[in-house]
Amino acid sequence: MTEPDKNDWSAQVFDKLVDADVSMMSYVPDAGNKRLVELAEAHNDMRPILLTTEEEGIALCAGADLVGKKAVLCMQSSGVGNCPNFLSFVKGGRFPILMIVSMRGDYGEQNPWQYPMGEAAEPILEAMGVLIFRVDTPDDLAPAADAAISATFKGGHASALILSQRFLGAKPF
Amino acid sequence: MTQPMLDRREILPQLFPDTDGYLFISGLAGPARDAAALTGDSEKLYTMAGTMGAAVCMGLGTALSAPESKVAVITGDGELLMNIGSLATVATMQPENLSIVVIDNGCHGETGGQPGHTARKTDLAKMAEGAGIGSVRTVASPDELADAAAFLQEASGPRFLVTRVMQGPPSEFSRNLDPAACRLRFRNAYLGTA
Repeated sequence: MTEPDKNDWSAQVFDKLVDADVSMMSYVPDAGNKRLVELAEAHNDMRPILLTTEEEGIALCAGADLVGKKAVLCMQSSGVGNCPNFLSFVKGGRFPILMIVSMRGDYGEQNPWQYPMGEAAEPILEAMGVLIFRVDTPDDLAPAADAAISATFKGGHASALILSQRFLGAKPF
Repeated sequence: MTQPMLDRREILPQLFPDTDGYLFISGLAGPARDAAALTGDSEKLYTMAGTMGAAVCMGLGTALSAPESKVAVITGDGELLMNIGSLATVATMQPENLSIVVIDNGCHGETGGQPGHTARKTDLAKMAEGAGIGSVRTVASPDELADAAAFLQEASGPRFLVTRVMQGPPSEFSRNLDPAACRLRFRNAYLGTA
C-alpha cells in the first residue's frame, strides 16, 4: 500500500475551511477524517461536533445556516446511506451543505462488506441533488476542495468532496 | 406511568407565554402545527413537514451558532425516537440556550393514531437522562404546566421537557410549507437583512 501524504491533505482542506469561515465540523469518526477532526479540536475557531449518525450532521449544518453560520459534515462513505431523507430539506430548502466523504468500498478495497455502499455513495448523492467533487490524485485535491467550498457557500448548493481510496489508500485486512 | 390529562393544543402557550427572544425549530406533523399556532407561523420558526428525526439536531446547530438566542425544539415522541441518538450529541455539546419540548401523545397521530413505543414501555425522560442531559422534567397534568414553564426559564441548559398529552388533534393552523421560503425568512429575520 502506498501511503499518501495524509498530513498534508488534511491541513490543506482544513485551512480552506477556516478561510471560508466554517465554524463547526460535525463528524462520524473515520480513519479518513481522523486528522481533519484533530485539527478542528486544536483550533479556536472550529468546533468539532461528534454525531451518532451522519444524518444528524445534515440537520445540524442546516440549523447553523438558519442563523448565518457555516458548518460541514465529515464521514465515511457508508454514512452516505444514512443521509438521503434529510437531504430532502437541503434540496427543497436550498441549504448550503458541504459533505466531506472519505471512501470505502472502492479502489483497493479488501472488505466485501464495504463494496455495496462504496458503489452506491455517489449515485445516492446525485439522486438527492448533491454535487460531486472527487479527489483521485494529490493534484485533484486543491481544485476540488476549492470548487466544493465555492459551490456550497457561494453557490448555495449542496456539495460532496469525495476523497477516494485511490487518493487516501485502502485499509489493509 | 401517570395517565396524561393534557390537551396538546393548550400546552405551548403556557410554556412560552412570551415567545420574544426565542428561535423555534419543530419536527413534522402535530408539533409543527402546535408551534405554528403558538407563534402565528413566525419568521423565527422553522417547521418541518417531512425529514422525521431532524428537529433536535437542527435545533442544536442553531443553538450552537446563536448562543445569545434562546432556542426551543418542539418535537413529538415518534419524531424524537427516530433519531434518539441526537440526545447524546446534545449532551456532549451542552448548549446552555437549548430547550427540547416533546409533545408525547404515545401514538403516530399524523398517520392514523397507531400506538407508539411510549404508550408501552419507553420513557423518553429516562432516555434523555441516560444520554447525559442534566435538566429533565416530565409533566402530565395542567396543574404542572406553570412549574414546567419555570423549568424552561430557570433550569440550566440543555433542558428536556416531556409533556404527556391525551390523544387528540393538534392545533389547527395552516403554515407555510415551502422549505426554501421559510429558510430565507428565518435568516432574514435573524440576520436583519431583508
